[in-house]
Amino acid sequence: MKVRLHNPRRDLEVRGGRRVLEVLTEMGMNPESYLVIRGGALLTADAVVGDDDEIEIRPVISGGAAGGAPCAA
Amino acid sequence: MRCLKCREAAVVEVRRHRAAYCAGHFLEFFEGQVHRAITTQRMFGPAERILVAVSGGKDSLALWDVLLRRGDDAAGLHVDLGIGDYSRSSRAKTEEFARTRGARLLVVDLRAEYGTGIEAIASASGRQPCSACGLVKRYLFNRTARRAGFTAVATGHNLDDEAAVLLGNLLHWSMEQLARQAPVLEQTHPHLVRRVKPLYRTSERESAAYALLRNIDYVIEECPHSRGARSLVHKEVLNSLEAARAGTKQAFYWGFLDRLAPALQAGGAVLLRPCGWCDEPTTGEVCAFCRMMARAGARPGAEVPSTP
Repeated sequence: MKVRLHNPRRDLEVRGGRRVLEVLTEMGMNPESYLVIRGGALLTADAVVGDDDEIEIRPVISGGAAGGAPCAA
Repeated sequence: MRCLKCREAAVVEVRRHRAAYCAGHFLEFFEGQVHRAITTQRMFGPAERILVAVSGGKDSLALWDVLLRRGDDAAGLHVDLGIGDYSRSSRAKTEEFARTRGARLLVVDLRAEYGTGIEAIASASGRQPCSACGLVKRYLFNRTARRAGFTAVATGHNLDDEAAVLLGNLLHWSMEQLARQAPVLEQTHPHLVRRVKPLYRTSERESAAYALLRNIDYVIEECPHSRGARSLVHKEVLNSLEAARAGTKQAFYWGFLDRLAPALQAGGAVLLRPCGWCDEPTTGEVCAFCRMMARAGARPGAEVPSTP
């Protein structure tokens, strides 16, 4: 399964045939901090992703300046 | 996972509410939370003119989108910080959003208006870029809102932002900052425009999901200066707690608002007076913005920013 990551942008090959939560856990990613997207559609943590799927794991945390508008927010 | 409302397949889980939603019902949930924040906190009324601080990221664009859908009179203000490709992309996405929605957008281009970008300002004044950026934005939001006749400035601060700031303030016992942390910062001086945070009830993940489901093209890449920022560390810590026990962030921040904030705010507002150079409110003779910009050799800015 092809996985697209950000910051920096890169692609990885990861084993499919299991739930989103297992993929995130194996990659050391907190489900609270990411969205998982397949074909433009959001996936919940219990969705099963296949070996032939292409998914995007998109970070949702942004930070930096306090008090003003949040950076990239 | 099934939608709490219609039992169709869910696309977003909101664990702190023990709920999951399909796309349509998630959008309804998110907009409902923003509406509830605005009404219960009395952020602004239907006839008010609102200036939305828009960076081009998910939170501020999601906020602007919800306000426009509600029918609020909401214009955007974007500050072009001059940080290479990051700022170019942020500005382009903000301008594209405004164009497609037919919304009014004001832009302050730091280099065009003041002759210098945020990196040079930070370097010349001995501040960290994030610190200089926060100061510049707070200043320009207030100055622009006041001079262009807006009655409130709305920022995209979400539950995660507020919980992370609270954690930082508690870790360092920053009592003055704790006393000022609230979803609404009232006008305590004639030159100070009310600041409101309509996303304080919703998480950062929910802003991103809203933006994606509304097909809002936002900046995903992080500002190059935010790497290793303290606020990001605090957010990761809080998300680890949240993963172990859903609802922790909400209980932490809302509990503060309910139980501690009223006691801290009872101490009264800080006394403000007009800056001797620019007339913006400050606690001293000359405001921090003017001092920082003078050290950076910046030239005075325009009265009201232009519309691109």
